[in-house]
Amino acid sequence: MINTLVSASIPMLVFFIVFISFKEKKNTFDDFLEGASSSIKIVLDIFPTLIGLFVAINFLRVSGILGLIANIFSPVLTFFGIPKEILPIAILRPISGSSTVAVATELMKQYGVDTTLGLIISTIMGSTETTIYTISLYTRGKTYKNTWKVLLIALLGDLLGIIVSVKLWGILS
Amino acid sequence: MLNIIWPIFIIISVIYSLFSGNISEVNDSIFKSIESTMSLILTMVGNICFWSGIMNILEKTNFFKKLKNMVTGAINLIFKNLEKDSKESEYISLNILSNLLGLGNASTPMGIKAMNEMDNKNGNKKVLSKNMMLFILINTASLQIIPTGVIAIRSSLGSKYPSKMIIHVWITTVIVFLFVLVFGKLFFKEEEK
Repeated sequence: MINTLVSASIPMLVFFIVFISFKEKKNTFDDFLEGASSSIKIVLDIFPTLIGLFVAINFLRVSGILGLIANIFSPVLTFFGIPKEILPIAILRPISGSSTVAVATELMKQYGVDTTLGLIISTIMGSTETTIYTISLYTRGKTYKNTWKVLLIALLGDLLGIIVSVKLWGILS
Repeated sequence: MLNIIWPIFIIISVIYSLFSGNISEVNDSIFKSIESTMSLILTMVGNICFWSGIMNILEKTNFFKKLKNMVTGAINLIFKNLEKDSKESEYISLNILSNLLGLGNASTPMGIKAMNEMDNKNGNKKVLSKNMMLFILINTASLQIIPTGVIAIRSSLGSKYPSKMIIHVWITTVIVFLFVLVFGKLFFKEEEK
């Protein structure tokens, strides 16, 4: 049921927006073009940030240093009762979206999607964001002196999200 | 932020790979990263173009004016000194709405437009205004009614209940959202000079 709902929701939304505009006798396609062309500049603006960021993130991943970082942070995470199987996800989550998906998929294959561990991983994936990417995107490659404050609180939020995901499956399963 | 963490990422990776013997993989990864970023950008241009177009149709309707009046109340609880009917509050509403609906490709351009508008009104361009900081934080909290991405992954792995964790996701998201918001409100200061 939910699957049909999920796949219907986006076409229905497009339908709804286009239908309202058409009913109000707006120049629907002109409005579409205006919005679409104004967005090209946005992609061009964020493009250099993305290239720089993704090369650096892949450096981290391929060099193997993420494994070392995971070892350094693991005492903190185990202190909060986070199972060691989830450690790679907890470390990767704020840094790299695609590697988190890859590792999460791998872990869910290994331990089962519908096991508690699989469900914890799914909850983390659904309720957290690739923090460093999001912040870089929204600062649009500009340098502000106080971005680190945003980063700090967002990372604490990620840690809290992971802890809550784990604990919730202990309480509500 | 990136002025510090970007060099650190690169320096520690290269030094570590010299010791771990992964330097040739690091070398290959430069080309691979650029290639995959390029294909990502191409897909992104298409998606962002389409969804910005759709959002602009919505923006122009009379229906959106009513919708916005409903959302503005909630937005004004979070952000201070937003002018009514200004472009910034319009883009903030569109960003939050598309986040809730899980339309990442629509929320990104609306979010960047909102940031540009807020930056125009920002007194000191060297720092983020409090509104800008709170806005970024909200976007890191992954507000989304249906976590479509993870449901798709679970279905592809043959889960019997792809959406079983939806309530847990809602609870976690709300807790994280309130946490970052309260901390942001207390901890962030307006730095005019």
